[in-house]
Amino acid sequence: MKRLLIAGVALAAGLTAASWSMAEPVDDTLEIDGKPMITRAKAPEGMPFDEVLSGWLYREAETRDLERDTFENPGMVPVEDGEVLWSKVDGTAGKSCATCHGDAAESMKGIGATFPKWDADSNKPINVELQINKCRTEQMGAEAYPFDKGGQNELTAYIKHQSLGLPVQIDLAEGDMQSWWEQGKELYYTRTGQLDLACASCHEANAGKFIRADHLSQGQVNGFPVYRLKSGFTSLHNRFRGCIRDTRAEMPKAFSDELMALETYVTWRGTGLSVETPAVRP
Amino acid sequence: MASKPRIKVPKTASAGEVITIKTLISHEMESGQRKDKDGNPIPRQIINKFTCAFEGQTVFECDLDPAISANPYFEFNAKVPASGTFKFTWLDDDGSVYEAEELIEVK
Repeated sequence: MKRLLIAGVALAAGLTAASWSMAEPVDDTLEIDGKPMITRAKAPEGMPFDEVLSGWLYREAETRDLERDTFENPGMVPVEDGEVLWSKVDGTAGKSCATCHGDAAESMKGIGATFPKWDADSNKPINVELQINKCRTEQMGAEAYPFDKGGQNELTAYIKHQSLGLPVQIDLAEGDMQSWWEQGKELYYTRTGQLDLACASCHEANAGKFIRADHLSQGQVNGFPVYRLKSGFTSLHNRFRGCIRDTRAEMPKAFSDELMALETYVTWRGTGLSVETPAVRP
Repeated sequence: MASKPRIKVPKTASAGEVITIKTLISHEMESGQRKDKDGNPIPRQIINKFTCAFEGQTVFECDLDPAISANPYFEFNAKVPASGTFKFTWLDDDGSVYEAEELIEVK
């Protein structure tokens, strides 16, 4: 019995040592179907880190491999569903996305890297999901997609996937983007919930460490919508809400002003990283 | 069914080489065991057969049954004697036939 116990202690010690050595992001390079991705970039001015790191670098080898090959990537199934939606006629105007925008490979290239953008009509930042809804209601005469439903995530992913590999670069000089950025930054550092956690508590102060079994990354959003091994295809605002719920705070609504400000700020924090949509994360 | 099936065949191979082929087709694979909101059974609609032929010669073939999950995925090996075309066929319960072809060049 004693020997068993000693063996157990030794095993536990070994495991601890192993997990410590794995705690930092890996030194690995990502190519998706042979196309190189930028997973490390020089941080934009004003960032607390020297380098921004894609969440891909914090994942296990098996998870990283899934993203290397679009065939193996489970997130490609919804992307292909999005491709079907792209040319599906909907609404009273008898139009599809393709009617106006043609081939997404050309017309949507760069979209995923430059949204959220300033929307003068609503006087707010607009993301890809809301831009789709704007097109649907104003151009197609169709109903806006409700949050996470109807094909919203599939179509968003298909559009963002056209920018695969392009570095994220949003324009804060447009309209009032700068003040939304400030508001997002404020939220990022505000502790909320019964657990009294801010985004920065995990993704800045403790990035690279483990929170129980979860390996904390910098919380970059360059791969959204992502395929999560635990919950399937997941949109950015769903993920935001999930994180906020876990701090046991009240969750803002998807696409609310708070979350749009947060999206603007967090997207900026990933400046220079490649769009990885659909990324694979645990 | 979503868009076209996804197929991965190497573009080139050497003569007699054993290559790995992967295919994935988006399909609900409705088993016939489920019921809708009103309690009526949802009729079965699955892909019931998959074949892969190289220049007319079958290299892989299998029947699919209702317990197979949505979006059936196959990975198998084939030996390529010369350049040619792999033809893939999926048969749907409703009579639809989904087909795809991939060229391979032997150097």
